[in-house]
Amino acid sequence: MIVREHFDRDLRHLQDEILRMGSEVEENLVTAVDALRARDLKRSQRVIEADHWINQRQLTLNMEALTLIATQQPTAKDLRLIAAVMNIANELERIHDYAKGIGRISLMMNSDPIPPELMAEFPEMAAKTGSMLHRALDAFINRDDALARAIPAEDDIVDELFNKALKKMTEAFMHNLTSYEDINRLGWANHNLERSADRVGNICEWVGYMITGKFEEYM
Amino acid sequence: MTNTVHSNGHIAIQANNMHVYYGNFRAVKDITLQFPSHQISALIGPSGCGKSTVLRSFNRMNDLVATARVEGEVLYHNHNIYDASVDPVEVRRHIGMVFQKPNPFPKSIYENVAWGARVNGFKGNMDDLVESALRQAALWDEVKDKLDQSGYSLSGGQQQRLCIARTIAVKPEIILMDEPTSALDPVATLKIEELIQELKKSYTIIIVTHNMQQAARASDYTAFFNMDEDRAGYLEEYNETNELFTNPKNELTEQYITGRFG
Repeated sequence: MIVREHFDRDLRHLQDEILRMGSEVEENLVTAVDALRARDLKRSQRVIEADHWINQRQLTLNMEALTLIATQQPTAKDLRLIAAVMNIANELERIHDYAKGIGRISLMMNSDPIPPELMAEFPEMAAKTGSMLHRALDAFINRDDALARAIPAEDDIVDELFNKALKKMTEAFMHNLTSYEDINRLGWANHNLERSADRVGNICEWVGYMITGKFEEYM
Repeated sequence: MTNTVHSNGHIAIQANNMHVYYGNFRAVKDITLQFPSHQISALIGPSGCGKSTVLRSFNRMNDLVATARVEGEVLYHNHNIYDASVDPVEVRRHIGMVFQKPNPFPKSIYENVAWGARVNGFKGNMDDLVESALRQAALWDEVKDKLDQSGYSLSGGQQQRLCIARTIAVKPEIILMDEPTSALDPVATLKIEELIQELKKSYTIIIVTHNMQQAARASDYTAFFNMDEDRAGYLEEYNETNELFTNPKNELTEQYITGRFG
């Protein structure tokens, strides 16, 4: 007999759900930026609508995790996995809020066309953050402590792009290139992308804790 | 292997390279363990791993088994309690024991508590001693109006608290508990666990439990024992309970506490 077969199956289910949720978040972050730049309001709308699903996933995952704590008395690795799942689900939900925010911004933009150079850094920021997230979840599934530890340093690249975009927005504002409101909105989109990468760093820290039993701040 | 835990206080009792034999069979091998004062330490492990044998070695209860033999030393106040000069009865006065099944004497509640003190020639006010012991055992309010009734008239949980009061009444320094709640229902179990938390202010407590959640809930330190291929019990890991249950160092401990053992 395999001991605790049902419990193991429930734990696998939690991890599968994190992967599902994570890939949706990764995809929607990139989509939100694409739709903003392409002025594809339908796609922006879809990212906004997907947020409800993500919120539901987060809630369900947390409830399932709490049920396992209440009914299975998890300890050691099992307990740390459950703690990681709950926290990663919360971080993913927040990252998706940022994607949704970019969707909202897209719907609110007045200018047509928006000066493209103001959004020139966004695709790379989204792609970089998406890639970090993807590998953070690889580290989660493969129990790869070294990978989890290595990823957060890449946040520097996103920060650099953030500063570059911010500088352009400041200049655009000074030279009246486009409306103040729109520059402000793009500033928020820039902020959302920068914060998303930070939250991937948080995910990495929980992955590290899950594997080693020690919580360390990587950033 | 970790067998020394860091605590600010001093050590109440310690085993150094202790082996216990029953005849030719070595039941427990090479135990080195320190128990901090005024802390609750739990001994856990699979059936037959020797945790009860280890517990009983700490107040020479194994002397009552004709074939039992202890090697190594058990230090209590820097004295080896197995020295030839040591009187085991005196050891048990300082290091009391509470058993798995409540075992009150067929006497009144009052006499159950007074008995040990009387045997030890207690000269003070017996009423005060009985009340104080019953209060410490969180039983006073339930029995104060029927002290002359038989100990057997109490519920299982109350009987166990009566046995704890009886142990306390001889003013020991250390209380050993051998699965003290395994015969009790969940509510009575939690009452005993609460009581143990109170008692640690005055006593050092070492508890053997089959119930891992009990060790996790109720103890400060946990020692995990396992059995070798020769069926001798040994200490696999010893650490602060919080650490042992969230981040055990040894794979076998991990398997045992996560329920994937064997």
